[in-house]
Amino acid sequence: MKKSSKSIKPNTKKSLITYIMLVVAFVIVQIMLAAGEMSYMMQDLLVPLCVYAILAVSLNLTVGILGELSLGQAGFMCIGAYSGSLFSNLMETAIPEAMIRFPIALLLGGICAAIFGILIGIPVLRLRGDYLAIVTLAFGEIIKNICASIYLGRDANGFHISLKSVTDMNMAADGEMLINGALGINGTPKDSNFIIAFIILFITVVVSYNFVYSRTGRAVMSIRDNRIAAESVGINITKYKLITFALTAFLAGVAGVIYSHNFSTLQASKFDYNMSILVLVFVVLGGIGSIPGSIIAAIALTLIPELLRDTIVGDYRMLFYAIILISMMLFSSNKTFKDKLFGLVSKKKKGEVK
Amino acid sequence: MGFLSNLINGISLGSIYAVIALGYTMVYGIAKMLNFAHGDVIMIGGYAIYIAASKAGLHPLLAVIIAMGACTILGITIEKIAYKPLRQATSLAVLITAIGVSYFLQNIALVIFGANPVNFTSVVNIPSIKLFDGQVVISGETSAAIVISLLIVIALSLFIKRTKSGKAMLAVSEDKGAAQLMGINVNKTISLTFAIGSALAAVAGALYCSAYPILSNTTGAMPGIKAFTAAVFGGIGSIPGAMIGGILIGVIEILGRAYISSQLADAIVFGVLIIILMVKPTGILGKKINEKV
Amino acid sequence: MKNFKKIFAVLLALTLVVTCFAACGGNKKNSANEIVIGISGPLTGGAAQYGNAVVNAAKLAIEEINAAGGINGINLKLVTADDEGDPGDKAVSAYNSLKDQGMQVFLGTVTTGSCLAVIDKTKADNMFQLTPSASADAVIANDNCFQICFNDSNQGIGSAQYIAENNVATKVAVIYDSSDAYSTGIYNTFKAEATKRNIALVAEQSFTKDSNKDFSAQIQACKTAGADLIFLPIYYQEASLILKAAESASYAPKFFGCDGLDGLLAMNGFDTKLAEGVMLLTPFAADADDAAIQKFVSAYKAKYNNEIPNQFAADAYDGVYIIAELLKANNVTADMSASQICDLLKVGIAADSFSYNGITGAGAALTWDASGAVSKKPMAVVIKDGTYVAL
Repeated sequence: MKKSSKSIKPNTKKSLITYIMLVVAFVIVQIMLAAGEMSYMMQDLLVPLCVYAILAVSLNLTVGILGELSLGQAGFMCIGAYSGSLFSNLMETAIPEAMIRFPIALLLGGICAAIFGILIGIPVLRLRGDYLAIVTLAFGEIIKNICASIYLGRDANGFHISLKSVTDMNMAADGEMLINGALGINGTPKDSNFIIAFIILFITVVVSYNFVYSRTGRAVMSIRDNRIAAESVGINITKYKLITFALTAFLAGVAGVIYSHNFSTLQASKFDYNMSILVLVFVVLGGIGSIPGSIIAAIALTLIPELLRDTIVGDYRMLFYAIILISMMLFSSNKTFKDKLFGLVSKKKKGEVK
Repeated sequence: MGFLSNLINGISLGSIYAVIALGYTMVYGIAKMLNFAHGDVIMIGGYAIYIAASKAGLHPLLAVIIAMGACTILGITIEKIAYKPLRQATSLAVLITAIGVSYFLQNIALVIFGANPVNFTSVVNIPSIKLFDGQVVISGETSAAIVISLLIVIALSLFIKRTKSGKAMLAVSEDKGAAQLMGINVNKTISLTFAIGSALAAVAGALYCSAYPILSNTTGAMPGIKAFTAAVFGGIGSIPGAMIGGILIGVIEILGRAYISSQLADAIVFGVLIIILMVKPTGILGKKINEKV
Repeated sequence: MKNFKKIFAVLLALTLVVTCFAACGGNKKNSANEIVIGISGPLTGGAAQYGNAVVNAAKLAIEEINAAGGINGINLKLVTADDEGDPGDKAVSAYNSLKDQGMQVFLGTVTTGSCLAVIDKTKADNMFQLTPSASADAVIANDNCFQICFNDSNQGIGSAQYIAENNVATKVAVIYDSSDAYSTGIYNTFKAEATKRNIALVAEQSFTKDSNKDFSAQIQACKTAGADLIFLPIYYQEASLILKAAESASYAPKFFGCDGLDGLLAMNGFDTKLAEGVMLLTPFAADADDAAIQKFVSAYKAKYNNEIPNQFAADAYDGVYIIAELLKANNVTADMSASQICDLLKVGIAADSFSYNGITGAGAALTWDASGAVSKKPMAVVIKDGTYVAL
């Protein structure tokens, strides 16, 4: 973990490079869209790419800056997606203007996720390491399972809720299903688009950089580097851990809202532990603590399997993905392998003392 | 009578979880890593038995032994190629590598065995026991799962207490550096742990696929996660703990499904896990970890 | 470390640029004189048997049509994409991949959940959609989408009717998949019809796709309730586990299923003794005495390793021929856009003058109305000595 501590230093140049990189990518995409040079599949992947990038950047705050392993990112995303979609479906007639409704949905989804983040954080943050990982994984699965068993409907008599089945709700036949158990939420208005998703991603990056370089961020990093020393100089461990955890949850919730407003169907089963693991992989492969790294890894690792679809390796695409993952980890974390790689790239690095 | 049947079914499922959890707990105790790919070794074991028994027509017992051998080799190979180079790396790097190995095994199975799931022929050939006039039935698979898991726990406990290699494992799990100074070959001990864990995975595969005879490339994922939960539940690193944790998880899952809600059964399992960890942060039989300054 | 990270980042960025450019060949214009039909379905994963059956049968039908001169001299071309049976973004990705491959008519999707995820997109693109097997009533909500299979409400009502009219059982239990649109759809209509016909529903059990291995608790509940028939509106894989769980509990009720059970006998290594006496509704029986069916079955077996086609294959085979007839009747040419074709076909298929006499209509011609539903009657078969026998 110590190796990434160079990011402690306020480094505006570094954040500037990230902002420029994002803007350039945005402009390139817009040019390609305008020229009609982008395939349908790529066009529909743009929003999910932003969503995954937001998830990775926000998880990086917990994993990279706070130094705690969390596998509950999908759960927070699930809460954001459900609360945001529910709000939009309920308010579709009351607030017909998407430009007003969607920002409220985004905020609401984020706040709901952050509340859960704090509620979960209070008991679990006293655990550490692998135990924290398994408990956050467990919370994610609980959230997913509960969301998948809610039946919620509305008719002339008001709201009906059940945890068992549609018929147990005693809803009038003309009622409207809002959440249909494991089948999830249908008919969410398609309010997200690439421009909104990109703006949110940009805001996420700005917030993350400012958090890292703030007084709070430095306190959080001191906890990561040496908890006991941090405590001894009077840093309130629980408070700073909770702030980081809640911020991560908030951003994941916002990402969930964007995600759910991009597809007409939404099932809780999408947000299982595999999704959390996927986001963790982005963070680790992109370089723990590195914000541009998280974004690049999220985009590259989401695109690789999709773009291999139509090539010769089509059926083997996930096998390639696995091999890439293992070899990247081996090359990035093992000194011998790393030296060999450097031997190929540049001879003079060999003698350097680490 | 319905309750008794459900209880027996829960213990049966829990015994299988226990056998899988043993693999997790041993590897964690010694290598201090979460071997996420362990569940997928079960799946490979299942396919090995399927090929040896159903395709090559060998005796089921012989097929299980062949599968144990295949999984042992697989386990040692995975350890050599993917985990050993990372012994000095952060635990996060090892975790991600284990996830990569898990993806790899699932997808290589997809390429080799195809996407269509196969129906597994039970390797257990024990008649079922009928109690109370047929109201409670204990199937052959159930009796086999319970008896075999008990035998394995006893054998493993004896192995660790009584044999030299077992004691070496204990020493390595306590302090790797000190064990090395005492002349214990740490690498060999870790390899041995992976070998035993993987052989057990083959047995778990035989039991799991006999009870739930659908075998596909993702068969191992869910029991893997449940067994991992069981290992944490019982106190990761502890062998009797894995047994207790496994059976508790199995019973809670089946009773939850039968009496509360089939959709919330998994949520209940994970909820109980969280409560246990809140009360006892290292699991039921786990050791307290002293913090070093 | 620092340098390594830099190199790593550069490598990642490079991959990104390369893949981006690889992706940019999109919006291919169809240069050859071909009309492109797209199928998306589960080619891998749990329901792979259905997706592969649909693709295989469609390939067969297209070869036959092209050999017989195509559509007024224009050949048909098949493109496929794997949606893994996912009811969310993978279904959308698969559909997009088909569009990138130049699809003009959409014969999909195979499973109901995936279909619900793409109907809004096909509507927005004005793409003619004819689904071989997505049976939910909501699938055909838009005017561009039509079904070949009978829909869920027909299956639920048909099953309850059959059980009541033939006095198959008095106490009925249901086990259904609450995470699957197809299964819950049938369950809801079955329940309504069963209540109307005074069939006693003694147990209603469910599972989700995360917990579809252990059915001992559900079987125990049915056994305790004393059900003498279990209704299984689910897919065949879970059904095979339920049959096994019932056998383990020494419990032998009758089993009654819908078209999702088709495929049970074709499972690799499945002990067909377990399925003896299972009843199911299906529009197609491979052993029927019909000349067209026999011609299809023998051609399919010859092409695909002696595999017996299931009803999904039959629906897809009919589907390709229906599309071919429509294309011929409306003089569609290869240079027309998907939207132009859709405007012609959606009027053409619902016209009174159009009907199709295929292998899944049990002798009667299939017709459609503007709602998108097909006129078709389910027929009951029972599994006897390892094959389907009409009841």
